[in-house]
Amino acid sequence: MRLPLQYNLRNLVVRRTMTLMTAGGIALVVAVLVLTLALAHGFSATLVATGRADNAIVLRGGATSEMMSSLSRDSARIVAADPAVARGPDGEPLAQPEMVVLVNLLRRGDPDASSNVSVRGVDPQVFALRPDIRLREGRMLRPGMDEVLVGRKLDRRFEGCGLGETLHMGGRDWRVVGTFDAGGSGFDSEIWGDREAFLPAFDRVEYSSLTLRLTDPARLADLLARLEADPRVRAEPQIEREYYRLQSQQLAGVIRALGLFLVVVMAAGAVFGALNTMYAAVGSRSREIATLLALGFPPRSILASFLVESVLLCLIGGVLGCLLALPVHGVSTGTTNWASFSEVAFEFRISPGILAIGLLASVVLGLVGGYFPARAAARRTVSEALRAG
Amino acid sequence: MENLAAGPPIITLRGVSKTYRRDTIAVPVLAALDLDVAAGEFLALMGPSGSGKSTILNLVSGIDTPTAGRVVVAGVDLGGLDNAALAAFRARHVGFIFQSYNLIPVLTAFQNVELPLLLTALDRRERRQHVLDVLEVVGLNDRSDHFPRQLSGGQEQRVAIARAIVSDPSLLVADEPTGDLDAASAAEILDLIGRLNREFGKTVVMVTHDPRAAERAHRVLHLDKGVLVEAVRREQP
Ligand SMILES: Nc1ncnc2c1ncn2[C@@H]1O[C@H](COP(=O)(O)OP(=O)(O)O)[C@@H](O)[C@H]1O
Ligand SMILES: [Mg+2]
Repeated sequence: MRLPLQYNLRNLVVRRTMTLMTAGGIALVVAVLVLTLALAHGFSATLVATGRADNAIVLRGGATSEMMSSLSRDSARIVAADPAVARGPDGEPLAQPEMVVLVNLLRRGDPDASSNVSVRGVDPQVFALRPDIRLREGRMLRPGMDEVLVGRKLDRRFEGCGLGETLHMGGRDWRVVGTFDAGGSGFDSEIWGDREAFLPAFDRVEYSSLTLRLTDPARLADLLARLEADPRVRAEPQIEREYYRLQSQQLAGVIRALGLFLVVVMAAGAVFGALNTMYAAVGSRSREIATLLALGFPPRSILASFLVESVLLCLIGGVLGCLLALPVHGVSTGTTNWASFSEVAFEFRISPGILAIGLLASVVLGLVGGYFPARAAARRTVSEALRAG
Repeated sequence: MENLAAGPPIITLRGVSKTYRRDTIAVPVLAALDLDVAAGEFLALMGPSGSGKSTILNLVSGIDTPTAGRVVVAGVDLGGLDNAALAAFRARHVGFIFQSYNLIPVLTAFQNVELPLLLTALDRRERRQHVLDVLEVVGLNDRSDHFPRQLSGGQEQRVAIARAIVSDPSLLVADEPTGDLDAASAAEILDLIGRLNREFGKTVVMVTHDPRAAERAHRVLHLDKGVLVEAVRREQP
């Protein structure tokens, strides 16, 4: 009962100018959709990749982010002594307090642009707790010195962050003695210095958080129960990776919401384009439709055929849109992580799944834009349409 | 020689009226019309423009339904059929030949002819064989890959005729089939339609303005002001 696909394809080719214009509109929608999803995906991937599944981060009870948390030296000592905390080769607990502040830094090449960057005071043995992170250039921090390490996504983006350069913050100058590679995670957008040098410089007494290695991630619940029962501390542990995943959800959600709003507005325009094109097609093929109906093709074959044509038309746009978006894959960008208000660098990540969603969206646009014209075609009275021809 | 007009009727119209409605104005076209067409007959319908000739073809071929009266074609009472059943009836029993050919411009001659077979259960091979057979009948087997715009008017109409007969319907309805053609091509098309009637036993109902076209018919009816008058009746030569 189906009319041959060639019938639709050739009609699209015959009307190629209109086909390309309409498909172009759909292509823009699909490109923006794909880029939005790629942006949210890249952002999530960056922050999700941050932190380890066997590390726990301990914040002050009730704090939702490191920025809002403070932990006293006593609390940190009590938590570190817990039996759920793994110990290093030296028998000492693998637990390190850290202090995080935001510092406004100038972007390179633009004296008017600045962004907040996360500055983390770490233990000089920080790599013991985070073995996935490695020194990229230069050397490790020396305890008590005014030295910093810079994440690999910052050194070229901000003034004073390159190896050997000097950064001014907290009323002091800090020499960049090394850069580190945190494997594309959120740490790549941080500046690290010796915690004990940072505390007085940034006027802090308390830590922000304590990061520790669990002997077994399953023992998190025990640790939590003991800390809740202990009246001396107000501290709440959670798996480090989980902490960053939750942090990322909020912004990924905002990116998606804003992007999808844009997509919906554009899609409305594109659907009107498709609607218009398909109505024009139905109008100019009146006699053809009447002939097919006269030959005995049932109205639903006509409906299906015009729907198929509309879907093909929009699918051309979908493929074009994906091709348009593809070169942006891997392009790095920065945005403010609203959860911590700090700059996080991440990449557009286009996955096969995102491309599939883009193509699917174009099919849906085709169905929506094609339905009413197709129905109008199928509802023609043969005798009238033959006369109109 | 058999008198075809005396054969069993393939078309019976009884008390058929057709009134078109435009907004609130009723346009009566046919009133209480009776007509019998014998199986195997070649009938020509003549009459002034707007007299309702196409309307009769539409009623006979199940494209339109009468306001009143009974239409029975090939044993099927069309009055009882819904749109889907009418479509199936047309596909099975009626071959259409139009004044302006009505080929699908983006399909080749072969694909145009194949269209009615897409409504049958035939597989691709069988369809192909049928299409090649009828293209042979109309003398266009060398043009099967041509698009309509690559064909002359006469060739286009021959492709259309191939399309009309490919599913082997018993009835051919032709609405001014030579109206857009020059004299030579018109004669070819009329020869072809005559052959389909004689050799393949198709019943033909043809609307025409052309007296030379009407000469080919066994019977010529004139339609004027809703009344059918027999103008000519001849035995098949
Ligand atoms: N679908 C329709 N709606 C309204 N009026 C119609 C319709 N079809 C035909 N008519 C009218 O019916 C009359 C007969 O038309 P038609 O059968 O096409 O005449 P003919 O084929 O003899 O020229 C004309 O007046 C025409 O305007
Ligand atoms: Mg007419």
